[in-house]
This record gives sequence, structure tokens and C-alpha cells, in this order.
Amino acid sequence: MEKSVKIVSKNFNYNNPESLEEYINSGGFKALKKVVRMQKEEIFYVVNVSKLKGRGGAAYPTGRKFEQAAEEKAESKVIVCNADEGEPSTFKDRALLEWAPFKVLEGMIISAYAIGADQGYIYIREEYLKLQQRMRNAIDLATKAGFLGENILEKGFNLKIKVVSGGGAYVCGEGSALAESIEGKSGRPRIKPPYIKQKGVFGLPTCINNVETLSIIPTLFSKDADDYITSGTVESKGTKFISISGNVNKPGVYEIPFGLTLREIIYDIGGGIPNNKKFKFMQLGGASGPIASEKSLDVKYTYEDLKENGLSIGSGAILVADETNNIVEYIKTVQNFFAHESCGKCTPCREGNKHLLIILDRFIKGMASEEDYDYIHRITNAMRISSFCGLGKSCTLPLISALKNFQQEFDECIEAQANPITAKENKVIV
Amino acid sequence: MNYCNVIIDRKKVKVPEGTTILKAAGQLSINIPTLCYYPDQSVKANCRICLVEVKDRKDLVTACSTLVWEGAEIITNSKKVLDARKTVLELILANHRQDCLNCIRNGNCELQDLSKQFNMSESKLPNISEKFPLDNSNPSIVRDKSKCVKCNRCVEMCETVQGVGALCYSHRSNEITIGTAYGKELENANCTFCGQCTTVCPVGSLYEKDNTEDVWNALDNQDKHVIVQIAPSIRVSIGEEFNLPAGENVTGKMVAALKRMGFDNVFDTNFTADLTIMEEGNELVHRIKNNRVLPMITSCCPGWINYAETYAPNIIEHLSSCKSPQQMFGAISKSYYADKIGINTEDIVTVSIMPCTAKKYEADRKEMHVDGVKEVDIVITTREFARMINSANIDFLSIEEEEFDSPFGIASGAGAIFGVTGGVMEAALRTAYTLLTKEELEEIEFEDVRGLEGIKEASVVIDNKPIKIAVAHGISNAKKVIEQIENGESEYAFVEIMACVGGCIGGGGQPVGSTLKVKKERIGQIYNIDKSNSIRKSHKNPEIIKLYEEYLGEPMSHLSHELLHTEYSPK
Repeated sequence: MEKSVKIVSKNFNYNNPESLEEYINSGGFKALKKVVRMQKEEIFYVVNVSKLKGRGGAAYPTGRKFEQAAEEKAESKVIVCNADEGEPSTFKDRALLEWAPFKVLEGMIISAYAIGADQGYIYIREEYLKLQQRMRNAIDLATKAGFLGENILEKGFNLKIKVVSGGGAYVCGEGSALAESIEGKSGRPRIKPPYIKQKGVFGLPTCINNVETLSIIPTLFSKDADDYITSGTVESKGTKFISISGNVNKPGVYEIPFGLTLREIIYDIGGGIPNNKKFKFMQLGGASGPIASEKSLDVKYTYEDLKENGLSIGSGAILVADETNNIVEYIKTVQNFFAHESCGKCTPCREGNKHLLIILDRFIKGMASEEDYDYIHRITNAMRISSFCGLGKSCTLPLISALKNFQQEFDECIEAQANPITAKENKVIV
Repeated sequence: MNYCNVIIDRKKVKVPEGTTILKAAGQLSINIPTLCYYPDQSVKANCRICLVEVKDRKDLVTACSTLVWEGAEIITNSKKVLDARKTVLELILANHRQDCLNCIRNGNCELQDLSKQFNMSESKLPNISEKFPLDNSNPSIVRDKSKCVKCNRCVEMCETVQGVGALCYSHRSNEITIGTAYGKELENANCTFCGQCTTVCPVGSLYEKDNTEDVWNALDNQDKHVIVQIAPSIRVSIGEEFNLPAGENVTGKMVAALKRMGFDNVFDTNFTADLTIMEEGNELVHRIKNNRVLPMITSCCPGWINYAETYAPNIIEHLSSCKSPQQMFGAISKSYYADKIGINTEDIVTVSIMPCTAKKYEADRKEMHVDGVKEVDIVITTREFARMINSANIDFLSIEEEEFDSPFGIASGAGAIFGVTGGVMEAALRTAYTLLTKEELEEIEFEDVRGLEGIKEASVVIDNKPIKIAVAHGISNAKKVIEQIENGESEYAFVEIMACVGGCIGGGGQPVGSTLKVKKERIGQIYNIDKSNSIRKSHKNPEIIKLYEEYLGEPMSHLSHELLHTEYSPK
């Protein structure tokens, strides 16, 4: 039985995703036409009932976010589509932008209408250069067709949307750093309060939403809404776009209903592990997600079940590693990423990541000692409770969870001082 | 105003809404340690030293950036807090070149103080600081990147307060760098050498170029006649280096200390400040009467001159041609004074003690020479002067006061107020009034030009004609005034500009940590010095009158022009 579904991705088999005509013929912009006839309260009600949560990683209830944004009083408000997708092993936003640029745009226009935004930015990571062009094209066509610009659908609603290219910094996925970047500054997080919803891009109230979140919005106001809401579980309604990668036979982006087990996702959807190798560990939600062992394979993929097991959906990334991977080397790769991507503003993240990397290197070279555990715990603890932004706070999670699940492999590095591990036998993924 | 009831370290306090935890704790005499925080600057919250714990919250918050709320319960000294702070400090120290015993900030370093307070012991973390070459390419400021703690105070000072932006940050992660564009040396980075960055650096990463050794060498040379001049603002700031209250006037102690060191004569720059007024006042009157370029802008601040030459060359024709009091002193010390005491100019060493790093650069300018000899040989800042006093075994607190030597020892109150923003303007008006009307001004205190307001304006009626004037301090304020002038929108006749906030009492060579609060104290004392002086106008200074009678003739004379005036050129 096919376990992935096609609800949000129902009509994604366009001959030409850049064709507005094709999008409209498949039912596109019907949701927008419906929404502009609705009361704001009705719109929020629909979003709240769907229990839609932000799909970028933070899982903040989208309905509540919209209501808060609508409450802000300002001459002008901003809606941002966060397409910075910098989380390693996450590529579902890329697929959405590629397959359904107009769907993302429609979701953004509906959201802007709901919260009263008249300016929009689609912040797309630098590496998605072609998609930037694709979205610009979509904006142009939608503007010409009257779905964007002045007096949209003759409802007196104005919205201009601009594509902004990221500069390549992971931290710009963080809301305030993203706002700084849109303003043309280097991407470093701001002191909060004021929050982005109060003072964001150019000091205006700003509502930032992930690509996937926005692409789900039109479905909620379409005839597929029931299909969507009845998928999943009571707490985690609907579907999720996941990115499966690593040691699986069928890596890729899939739309799945919430509630499948991780085992089903990896073996049935992802096609299992190549060459009959054994599963060793997986990392959920991107580089800052926790490392889970096979003990977690039967956990259901829902917000609530994962949380109960110390895991989280995060960006929807599921990276699978087989038995040939060495955990210490894998974690060092992850640490290297954070040491490179820290913005450098605050001490714990800037210096802490660097020292963790040095310590992990000692483990790999067989030069670590018991004392290094003490340093790992002190540094990760300081980073977790005292960093400036979410990057520094969460980036220690892989290391901590790897130590919890695979302490033995770290211990072996200390014991094997005379016999250092070499990278030869161990394949490093990512 | 709404108030919040807060509990900090088990003690209740009521503070206005909008107060930070740091300030609320201060009211309870709880000193939360800080590093990137600086009272006059924006909150940065990047060092993460001022961490505190909030009841029922997992993560710690920074006291500098977090505002209190009704019912907040805060603990500043739990084990969790102390451990996190200590780890953060350990991380900072591991990327700081720990060269404490050889460091210019030894004993006066915020990082050193924290290490002591946190009871740091040897760290097992490897020190990962890179040893960069020192940037000592210019005569004023030295930069040691390997000691930088990335607090961003210098960047805010240079970029926001001064509006210069010679210092900025670049790169990210562990490679984040506080430096100049394209990593150029300061000399080539359009730095004005105002030195404000050195007064806010918490460690020894930015500091004045030390010339004290040059002074000791001069004093040691028996063939040289070594004299020293002391700028108006030093007397109200140097005491702080010896733990005296901010602003305390220690003129007599300062003079005595210099005599103990062996200077042949100790003179007062206030005297040449009076001389500057004689020349500048006459230049202003000349410009007004002959419809020459107005407004005339003061030229005694070398940081400002560097800024104008680099960033606003169109403004150069507005600059007064008068040299600064430091250079006027140098010029007459190598001419009139040399003649008077019968010593060759080559054998006179003129030292000046200045509140300013840009003065070192000024003394090196090619224009500032008399017959090929440097007018001022060595410039040291307030901080260097304090170090010399310590090296010379002088107990500054108990030393018996002495008086300036003649002939440059008498100064008017007008000369004294050169040290504060608005002072040059006020002193000039006291004299220019007389020059224009041949009458004496009765109301000599110009309240409108006093104080720390960034741009001050006033209108003075002279000869039934209103003359509009303006005073700006801090380069970002000055930029606003010169923009008006450049656009031809300015109605001013005379503008005073000082590069540093507060004027020279807030100069880049003054004691580290010259906050606005400290500056206010210094300003108050400078005005007291003026008030208690029996001579309050430059043209009434008997030694000035004598100098013109014996040597210069009259202001703007041929000799005056040769010695006391200069020119500027775009950089």
C-alpha cells in the first residue's frame, strides 16, 4: 500500500510549473477568491481548526501567529515567505518552490490578506538561484493577472511581493537575522523584544512563515480541506512534507500523513537501507535535531509522539545512517557545520562550537580523555542556556543525544588511544 | 509611570517599568558583572557575561538586555548562573592572547577584573587566539587584534557616535573580526585618530601609542632643555587615574609631579589657548568685516581637522587658519621662548600632555615645523602621564602643590574653558565682542553653548547685529552642521566643532571609561576654574599682552601668520 499521500501535492504534476494558466486550470487561486469574501475571524477559525503548525521547525501554531499579526496596528505590515532552507538534509521547500510556485504564492497572498500585510518578501537561499527566477516569474504573472499589486480581485487589497536572495548564512533562517538580511545588513539576530511580529523588516510588523506552511494554506480553503484535516492524528492533523536522505534506497521528498511510524517512513517510503545493511541511527529535523537509535523506530511521526520520546519534527528532515557510519565522525561533521555557521555574535556559540570541534577532533585522533566529557558537558550546557539565539541554544542537541545513545563509541575512542580510528573504514555522510 | 515589583536575590525592589535587570539589581547594590555593556552605548548582549536566572525559566537571560516585569523573581548568584558565566569567561579567555604582564592595560582591564572576580584557575581549553601583527602604523593608536573580545564597543563608537566607520566587523563564526575595511592598517583606513575607540575598549586591543620612553630619554639628555605644556582638560581628569573623584582639579599636584620628574619648565596650554583666541577672534572679525567665507569653523581639534580633510574637503575654506593651542605653544617655544632664554631651538624639547591621541598626529604634520624643527616634539596623553607619575615614584595624592612657571604660566578663564565643548566659542565671543565694539562684554557666561547637547545654537547681538553661532561635538553631530554649510543652508557666522563628545574633557587620551556621567563632573570643574579666575578674557591676560608687545606685534601680523597660522589640504 502506498503510504505517502497527495493532498497538498494533489496537482503537482504540472507540465509547466511556471504556467499560471495551468495552475488556474487545476483549481489554482480558487482558495484566494473564496478567502477574500470571508470575514477575518472565519479565516483564522479555519486555520486554527486545522491545527496547522509552522513547518520551518519551530512548530508555532499558524492560526495564532496570524491572529497576533492581525492585531498589530501599523500603516504597513510585512509578510515573509522563509525559503532560506538552510537546514542540512532538508530539501522539501526546494521541491515545493520547484513544483508549485503559484501555490506558495497563493498561500502567501491569502495569509497577507488575513493579517493585513501589504508588502511581501520571499527570502530564498542563494543556492536556489533558479527558483528565485521561478518565483519572480510567478510574481510577474500573478501581478498581471490581478492576483497581486493594487486592488487585488477588486477587493481594495494591495500587496507587492519581492524576491530577496539570501547571502548564504544558516542563521538567516532565524526571524530577526532574516529581517536584518532583507534590510541589507549582515545576518545577525536582534535583541528581543521587540519581537519580529512587532518590529521586523524595516521596523514594520512582520509575519514570517515557512514555504511549506504557506503552501498548505490554499488547501485549507479548497474542496480538499476535509481530506487534509481528516489525515493524521487528532493533535497532528494533516500531512507533512518530509525529506528523506542518507543510507536509504529511495531518498527524496514525500508528502505523508502524520501518524506513520519512523520504521514505516524509512522502510516503506524510503525503501529501506541499501545492501541489506543494518540501521544504526537517524537524525530528525536537520543538523540541530537529536540523534535517535533504533529504539525510536516504532515511534509515530507526530508532534506529540516525537516530543514524548525526546525527538521533534523540526524541518521534516529524516537522515538515515547505517551500521558502517561512525557516530563520532558523524557528530564532528555536524559540529563543523555549526562552527562554520555560527554568526559569531555571542560568546557561547562562537567560541563553544569551535572548542567542541577541537574536542571531537581529539576523540577521533585518539587523544581524548575522560576530562573531555566534563568539558563537553560544561560547554554544551552554557551554550544551551545562555546563547543569544536559537542556533546556539539548539546546536548542541546532536552531540548530547549521540552521547546518550552511543556513549560506548565515544568511550572506545578514549580506550583506543594507541589505535586511533581512521576515516578509511567509515563512510561519512552529509 | 508604572512600577514593577521585582525580587532579586531574595530581596524586593520596586523599579519603573522598562528598567533592565542590570539597573534594578544595581539599586540593591548587586553588581552583576558585564563585559560588552557600556553605560553610554546601546545594549549588545553579545558577551553573555551578565547572565542571571529567572524563576521557572530553563534558560538564563542577560541582565543588560532583559527588562523587568511585575512579579519577576531573579537570582544573580545561583550555582547554575555562576557555572555558566565562568564557562563563558573561560571561552573568552581561550581566544584572548593572555599577555597580561606586558599589556598596557595590566591592572586596568575589564577582562582581568572578571577573571579575578570569577576566581578563574588554569583552563584545559587550548588558547586558540591568533597572534596577529600589531598595527602601529600611525602615530596615535595601536591595534592588537589578538586581544580583541568582540564586544563591539569600538565599532559602535566609531560608526555611530563618531559617524566615521573606520572600524567595522567582518566575517562570521570564530573568524569574526573587528577591524578596518579590507584589513587595512588604520593609517590607510581613513581613521581620524580621535582615539575614542581606545577609551571604550575593555581590554588591551586598542590603545594609545606610548611615547613615555621618548620623554624619559629627553629628560635624561643633559644637553636638552625640556619643557612641558599641559592642556586645559588634563587637570580635571588625571586625578581619576589615582582614584580621586571624577573632575577633581589637581593643577598644582600635576605641576609638582612634572617638576619632580625634572622638566626644566612647566607651562600651561591655557596660555596659548588665550593666544589662539587673540588670533582666531581677530580672524573672525576680519572675515565678518570683509565679507569673507563664513561661517568660520574652529580648527583646534586635530580629530576634526583629520575628518574635514578626509571626508569633507569642501569645508576646508571655512576652517580658521589658526593653529591649535598645542601647536601655537610649540611655535612660540621654538621662537620667542628660545630667544628669551638664549637656547638654540634644536636644543629645546617641547613635550605636551594632551587629552587626545590625534594630537600626536597633529604634532607630526609637516606644516607644524619652525625652520625645519618640530614645534612640539613629544605628545603624551593623560593615560601616559599617569603611567609616568607612577614610574617616577610620585605619591600623587599627597604631593605638595606647585605653580606653573613663567612666561607661559598665566592664563585667563577663557583659556581654561577650551577643554569643554562650547568653550572655544564662549572664549572667542568674550574677545570678539570687544574687537568689534571696542567695549567690554558684561554678561560673559553663555549658557546656551554649555552642556552636553549634541548641537547647540545661540544668537549673540554685537553692534546691534545678531550673529548666529553653533557648537557641535561628536563627529556625527558635526556632520549635521557641516552638511548644512555644504548645502548653503547655514546662517551661522561661527561654528565650533570638537571631535569628541564633551570636547577635550572627553578626549581619546583621557582615562578609560570616561562616561557621560564622568564627563559632566569634569565639565563642572572646568567652569569652576573659569569662575574663580580673576582674569576671564583672553585679551586681558597680561602675559599675552606682553607677548604681543615684545614679539608678535599684533594679532594677524606677519610674524603671527608665520608662526601661528597654517593651512589644510584634502586627503
